[in-house]
Amino acid sequence: MDFLIFKAPMLMVQASLDGILLGILFALIAYGMALQWGVMNIINIAQGDLVILGGYIAYTIYLWGIHPAWGVIISPIIMFFVGWGLYKLVINKVVDRDLFISILATFGIAIVFQQLMNFIFGADVVVAQSEYGTTMLFDNSVTLPNSKIFSAFISVLYAVALVIYMKKSRLGRAIRATAQNARAAKILGVDTEKVYAATFGINAALCGIAGALISITLTLHPYVGLPYTVRSFMIVIVAGLGNLPAVAVSGMGLGLFEEFADYILGTEFRIGAVFLLLVLILVYRRFKLSKKREYLK
Amino acid sequence: MNKIAKLFVTFFSALTLALVSFTSSFAKVEGDYIVLGSAISLTGKYSSNGVHTQNGYNMAVDRINKMGGVEVQGKKYKFEIIYYDDESNPKRAAQLAERLIKQDGVHYMLGPYSSGLTKAIAPVTEKYKIPMVEANGASRSLFTKGYKYLFAVLSPANQYLEVAIDLAVEKNGGKGVRIAQAFEQDAFSQDVRLGILDAAKRTGSEIIIDDKLPKELNDMAATLAKVKATKPDVLVVSGHTKGALTAIRQISEMKVDVPMLAMTHCDAAKLSKQHGKKSEYALCASQWHKNLSYKDKFFGGGKKYARDFQKEFGYDPPYQSAESSAALLVFKDAFERANSFDRDAVRDALVDTEMQTFYGNIKFGPGGQNVAKPMILFQVRCKGDDCENRVVAPTKWASDKFYHPIPKWSERS
Repeated sequence: MDFLIFKAPMLMVQASLDGILLGILFALIAYGMALQWGVMNIINIAQGDLVILGGYIAYTIYLWGIHPAWGVIISPIIMFFVGWGLYKLVINKVVDRDLFISILATFGIAIVFQQLMNFIFGADVVVAQSEYGTTMLFDNSVTLPNSKIFSAFISVLYAVALVIYMKKSRLGRAIRATAQNARAAKILGVDTEKVYAATFGINAALCGIAGALISITLTLHPYVGLPYTVRSFMIVIVAGLGNLPAVAVSGMGLGLFEEFADYILGTEFRIGAVFLLLVLILVYRRFKLSKKREYLK
Repeated sequence: MNKIAKLFVTFFSALTLALVSFTSSFAKVEGDYIVLGSAISLTGKYSSNGVHTQNGYNMAVDRINKMGGVEVQGKKYKFEIIYYDDESNPKRAAQLAERLIKQDGVHYMLGPYSSGLTKAIAPVTEKYKIPMVEANGASRSLFTKGYKYLFAVLSPANQYLEVAIDLAVEKNGGKGVRIAQAFEQDAFSQDVRLGILDAAKRTGSEIIIDDKLPKELNDMAATLAKVKATKPDVLVVSGHTKGALTAIRQISEMKVDVPMLAMTHCDAAKLSKQHGKKSEYALCASQWHKNLSYKDKFFGGGKKYARDFQKEFGYDPPYQSAESSAALLVFKDAFERANSFDRDAVRDALVDTEMQTFYGNIKFGPGGQNVAKPMILFQVRCKGDDCENRVVAPTKWASDKFYHPIPKWSERS
């Protein structure tokens, strides 16, 4: 059983493709997190729960007999307003406070969301069926679920659209200005309150898209949000804030690393390996920074 | 304002005091009622199965009360249960067990849902010497701790899929098979794994893949890719409902061909409903099935139980409900044989339990586990898009022949 992956080279292709496709999906969630972290300096513990809520929206339309793929359009629209409302209700009260308060507040939101989802959708694990079939490569030795390809494609599409929107649109420029220096932006007439609300809304919408994709590729359950939060947190930590291409690369990189860790170290170490990598990256960063004679605030 | 607030505080403390003194007078037997206590998951992640458990308990209480109740020393008593919601949280469950015993004066307990919560409660009931009959904690570790007041009507977790390995060996002409297995890293699934290891040793089978999946299991593509490359004779998966749903989703998407696929939690996951034809041929371990021929005078047989349950609660009873109903039959039987409300007498009567219920034969081993009832295996079979679970093992109750090997994906429509 030792290093099966080196004996069967096709497994390497399979592992790489699986890792990259899933990594892209995680990168989309991390992208939203990086955005609102950068703009509002809030670490959103409820990120994963927003994802799951988005997934349940897609699952609900699936139960109504509509194809769950439509979720990638309907879910972000609803989730944008959920995010906006959440900002007006809770987040605007913690946005200028220290990080600890925002972590507590979003942790509270996460618990409320979990219980609400449990109450509304039940505690059962559910899946939506896309019936997209499978792509088989290399004489059936590498198989790719089309739903995964679809979800990676949609993720890239939305990410690119958002990058363009951030560059070209008025709101996008206002968001970027606020991220750079909220006070200066305010002085120059940017309505930062609105920018914050929109940012949180956009983040929630991204979660909505990811959730809809998860409903057709993985499984949904009211209490599985936290792993998504942790995953996106890690991707952002590795990539750094305000560096969107790096988010994509680190998302895919972590996905790949995880798949290979599974084959080489064993399934039980796959998550441990990712955390170990995170620690190494943080230590390395610290080392680099100390060499540059800079310091972390 | 301040005065009103003070008044409120006084009023509420008086009310609380009154309630506490009222409830603590609520002892083991109140008038014509034998009071049982149970902490149960009505909210939180186990809430669906918690409700199945509660429905099972309630159904049996109603039935026993209607059919004359429990006769002790010539007097007829009825059952009553005090429930608290443990929020699927072990700590909370242990607190509530303490509260049931100390404040509510409960002397006999019914178990919660899941092995984890039963593990949290068992030390409490043991400390106060309260007999507990539980129906939803199958983890082997519950029965190795030397608990004296814990009795489980269900088969322990390590027995869940042993039958499947025996079946695979039988199909292989008595020779050992190559097993690939993937289990979630939680107490229950790891116990199922131990059972497979024992079975493999016993039958001379070889385990070629032995993956431990994370608790936040939602992707097992890597495991399945390994399965594809190594072509085992049997694939065994256990990871609660999410494991069952993830496995079928990814096996069908990745077109993984294995001659035999054995799992747990298929019915709880509503596998055949959620995945339809993709779940066909999966073998699933179950504590109970309505087609089994066990009988008792309260519920008749399994089919009648299922019909009555359906009438009352509007859905087909999962085995979690059936085993919960059986727990009350065990209590009734023990009270009548003890002919006393003395806790130790009841406990001794429980030790000597040997009975048949609609759910199966019940006889407790030294650790408190039920040793008289085998696990059953059913296989998902479909006609068109209609899928159902058919019992295929043990042969005594098999309604259908075990379909083996599973046709390749390229041959399945």
